[in-house]
Amino acid sequence: MPEVTFDLDRAWRVDPRVSMRPEPFGALLYHFGTRRLSFLKNQTVLAVVRSLADHPSARAACLSSGVAEAELPAYARALAALASSKMITERIPHDSGA
Amino acid sequence: MTLAPEAPTPSPGKLTDLFQLGLDAPICLTWELTYACNLSCVHCLSSSGRRDPRELTTDECKAVIDTLERMQVFYVNIGGGEPTVRPDFWELVDYATAHHVGVKFSTNGVRLDEAAAARLAASDYVDVQISLDGATREVNDAVRGAGSFDTAMRAMRNLRDAGFRGFKLSVVMTRQNIPQIDAFKEIADEFGAQLRLTRLRPSGRGADVWDELHPLPAQQRELYEWLVGHGDQVLTGDSFFHLSAFGSALPGLNLCGAGRVVCLIDPVGDVYACPFAIHENFLAGNVRSAGGFETLWRSSELFADLRKPDTGGACRSCGFYDSCRGGCMAAKFFTGLPMDGPDPECVQGYGESALASVASVAAPRPSVDHSHRTAPRQAGGPVAVAIGRRRPPAHDCDESPLAGFDTPEPGAPAGCC
Repeated sequence: MPEVTFDLDRAWRVDPRVSMRPEPFGALLYHFGTRRLSFLKNQTVLAVVRSLADHPSARAACLSSGVAEAELPAYARALAALASSKMITERIPHDSGA
Repeated sequence: MTLAPEAPTPSPGKLTDLFQLGLDAPICLTWELTYACNLSCVHCLSSSGRRDPRELTTDECKAVIDTLERMQVFYVNIGGGEPTVRPDFWELVDYATAHHVGVKFSTNGVRLDEAAAARLAASDYVDVQISLDGATREVNDAVRGAGSFDTAMRAMRNLRDAGFRGFKLSVVMTRQNIPQIDAFKEIADEFGAQLRLTRLRPSGRGADVWDELHPLPAQQRELYEWLVGHGDQVLTGDSFFHLSAFGSALPGLNLCGAGRVVCLIDPVGDVYACPFAIHENFLAGNVRSAGGFETLWRSSELFADLRKPDTGGACRSCGFYDSCRGGCMAAKFFTGLPMDGPDPECVQGYGESALASVASVAAPRPSVDHSHRTAPRQAGGPVAVAIGRRRPPAHDCDESPLAGFDTPEPGAPAGCC
């Protein structure tokens, strides 16, 4: 997988055209704009993604979902993949994005 | 499927393994809205032609959509027959999208006039697949019937002119059109469409012409290399996973999704494990029964059985089993091969020997046949297709290229799980 950068300190949200369906392993995501399917591999990343819009930064969303500091780079990679497929997009920090 | 986040923490296992056990709801499903069709394609997988009088009513269709919304099915692949000939077709499309169920529908283009194209171009939640099985009129019309090439081209022109970008040009790969594969790509590019190639199955009337239409072994290699070379520019409905045994896995879910992540609802509400398996052996029940579709998906004995881990059977000792997983259930079934053995088009050659050993046994016939009873369309041109070898040559339909598990169209979990 190519090296991707993701700014944990910016504010993000799930694209409004994305439908997210919880599954025992995590969740399935479908983007109605790109018509692409993606998935979240566990409950923690699901919690992070779900709470992105409630936090001023992706870092805060991770930490409040129980992600340890040492795990942040791995989560940044996961979020970068979601950003590159447009499942999540940047938002203006004070806009809840909901 | 995009390459989803790599497991940031210990992964619960390969995604394919999770999918193999089935999901609480399908990712998408194929819904044939009608068996009625203006065409008589020789390889129609649903043996369509005549409308079935028991067809689900508008209200019953809406109730199904309500169920799909509740189950969070992302989208339905609507086909037929020719779905647009249902008088309530647009009403149902609007109802589905208003209820958060996306729609992709397959059509031969007969009703895609300028007004319909403009309407489609305006929606994010509706996608269109135009079926075309030859890059030239001759090759296409020999299979799909006289005039069908021009109909499809007109529909694509209308979509392009209306500003619809990225609709799908859907092609069932055959012995006759594999040499045209680059020409199909050019047509798709010309119309701003995305090319979608799917596998010919011996399902429905396809069983009658499979021997003459299915790709030759050398063509399978050619197709595989073309698919590898074109990566995510081309969609396949993940239907060529049997070709993965040539080498590296193709993009997509290399797994039979029947009853696991996809299924079929037919025009009368019967629920089958996959669109290519319209046979009582793969019938889970009917949406009109108590509990409806949701109960069938979650509790039918058939689906429970399909969700058991594959044992591999006769293929287990093959070094390529992990790549192809034994291939397509429907392809095996309708060629008379056992479910736990090789695919009839096994690229390692095991299919041919298996077929030779069952040659004297009659392959199962589809349980349902709505073919037109009228005289067949004459196949013309240079492609010699012996229409209806095993039955009177009366056909029609729209091939619904909604592959067995059309689901995670683009890209794949390859490497991400």
